Amino acid sequence: MEELLKEMSQAVIDGNKEKCEELTRKLLEGGLSPKEILDHGLVPGMDVVGVRFRDNIIFVPEVLISARAMKASLAILEPLLTQAKIKEAGIVVIGTVKGDIHDIGKNIVAMMLKGAGFKVIDLGIDTRVEKFLDAIKREKADIVGMSALLTTTMGYMKVVIDKIKEEGLSVKTMVGGAPISQSFAEKVGADRYAKNATEAVERAKELIGIASTINN
Amino acid sequence: MYENHFLQQLQSGKILVSDGAMGTELQKRGMPVGVCPEEFNVTHPEIVREIYKDYYDAGSDLVETNTFGANRSRLALHGFESRVREFCMKAVELARAVRPAGRFIAGSMGPTGDLIDPLGSRTVQEAYDIFSEQAEALVEGGADVLFVETMMAAEEAEIAVRAAKEKTKLPVVATMTFELGKAGLRTMWGVDVNTAVSRLTDAGADIIGSNCGRGFDDMIAIVREMRPLTSKPIIAQSNAGIPDWVDGISVYKETPEIIELKAKELLNLGVNILGGCCGTGPGHVRKMRQLVDIMQKEI
Repeated sequence: MEELLKEMSQAVIDGNKEKCEELTRKLLEGGLSPKEILDHGLVPGMDVVGVRFRDNIIFVPEVLISARAMKASLAILEPLLTQAKIKEAGIVVIGTVKGDIHDIGKNIVAMMLKGAGFKVIDLGIDTRVEKFLDAIKREKADIVGMSALLTTTMGYMKVVIDKIKEEGLSVKTMVGGAPISQSFAEKVGADRYAKNATEAVERAKELIGIASTINN
Repeated sequence: MYENHFLQQLQSGKILVSDGAMGTELQKRGMPVGVCPEEFNVTHPEIVREIYKDYYDAGSDLVETNTFGANRSRLALHGFESRVREFCMKAVELARAVRPAGRFIAGSMGPTGDLIDPLGSRTVQEAYDIFSEQAEALVEGGADVLFVETMMAAEEAEIAVRAAKEKTKLPVVATMTFELGKAGLRTMWGVDVNTAVSRLTDAGADIIGSNCGRGFDDMIAIVREMRPLTSKPIIAQSNAGIPDWVDGISVYKETPEIIELKAKELLNLGVNILGGCCGTGPGHVRKMRQLVDIMQKEI
C-alpha cells in the first residue's frame, strides 16, 4: 500500500489523471480509507506541486494538469469522505470579488486548498458581498478567500471585510491576486495575504492553527 | 497606405512613442467597478475619445484602441458576445476623430481568458475564430496596426498573431507579460524570453516585445535579454510599478519623474517603440516623448 500511495503522489505531480483514478480505486479496494488516501497520496503530491510552483520550477499549465489529476481522484473520494463524516482541515469560502471575472488564479488556490484537505466552497467570479456573507454563514466557514486581478476591483475586498466585521462574524479573511500586496491586505484589514497558491495553503493552515507540512 | 508607413518609419530607424494605459485612465475618469470597459466606446464615447486625444496631445505616435477585451469570449462574460464588431469599430472610429495627421491607430487585442485545449475546453480553431473576428472588425474600423498583447501562453499568442496576419494585411505587434522570479523572466505560463521571441517570430509577428508586468526595472531586464535575440523592432510598455492603496484608491508608484532614467535606459538598450501600460498616463507619455526627441536629435 505504501508503494501505491507513493505512486499516487507521483501521478499527481505528473498530472497523470488516468493513473490517479486507477490508483484511487486500487487503494480503496486494498482497504485504505478515503481519508488515508487523501492524506498520504494526494496531499503529499499537491505539496510538491505547490513548492515547485512557488519556486518557479513549474508554472500554471503544469499546476492545472496536476489539479485535474487530483480532481479525478477527489471525485471518487469526496462522496465517501462525506459519508464517513470525515472532518476536513477547515472550511474555506472562496471567490473572485464583484466586478472581476478572472478566475484562473482563484481556481488554482481552490484546488491547492482541496489538495491540502480543506473543504472549499467556490463562489466563482463577480461575487457580491451578500453572496460571500450567505455562504460564510451557511457553511460555517473558517476562512473566506478573496481574489482580484484588477486594480479597479481590489477595493471591493474592503467592502466584504468591513461587512464581516460589522456583523461580528468570526470568519478569518485572506486576500490575493496580481495587484494585491501585504501592505494592501493590512490597509483593508485582511487577516492574511498570500502571494501565490502555495502560500495560500500555508496561510490558511496558520489561520486554522495547524502546522504546515510544506517544506521551505 | 498607413500600414506600410508604420513599418517604414520603424525600418528607417525612427523610434515611436506609444500611449499609456487605457483601463486605469478610464477609472480615473469615472468608470465604475465591474462594467465592461469596451462598452464605454458606445455608452461614453466622449471619455474614450478624450483619452485618445490626451495621448496624441502628449506626443504619442500611436494610441491603442479600447478593445483589449473586445473578443467574443471576454464580452460573453458581460453578455455582449454579439457586439464584438460594434465595440471594435466604434473604438477605432473614436480614435480616427482625434488622430492628427501622420499618427497611428493600433487595434488592441488581449487574451481570451480561456484555457486552450488540452488545458481547457477552448479549441485552437475556436480561439483562432475569436481572434479573427476581432482583427477583422478592427481593420474594418480603420486600424493601422494590430497589437496582440499581454499574452501569457505562447500557444494563445501564436494563434492570435496567426489570425491577425492571415485575416488582415496589417503589421502585427505581439507582446507577452513576464515576471522576474527564481527561474528568471517567465510568463505565468512559464514562457521565457527566448521562447517568446522565437515563437512570436515564427507565428509572423512584425514587432515583438513586452507589456504590463511589475514595473520599469523588470522591463529593462526583459529588453536587455530580448535585444540580442532578434533583429525585429522591439516594443516595451511597462506598468508604472505595482499599485499601492492610498485612501481607497490604487496609486501607482512609478511617476513620470521616477521613470525618466529608466525610460532612457530602455531607449539606450535599443527599444523601437516605447510606451506604458497600467498606471501610466499622458504625463508618462510626455516624458517619453521628450526623451525620444532628444535622442533622435542627437542621432
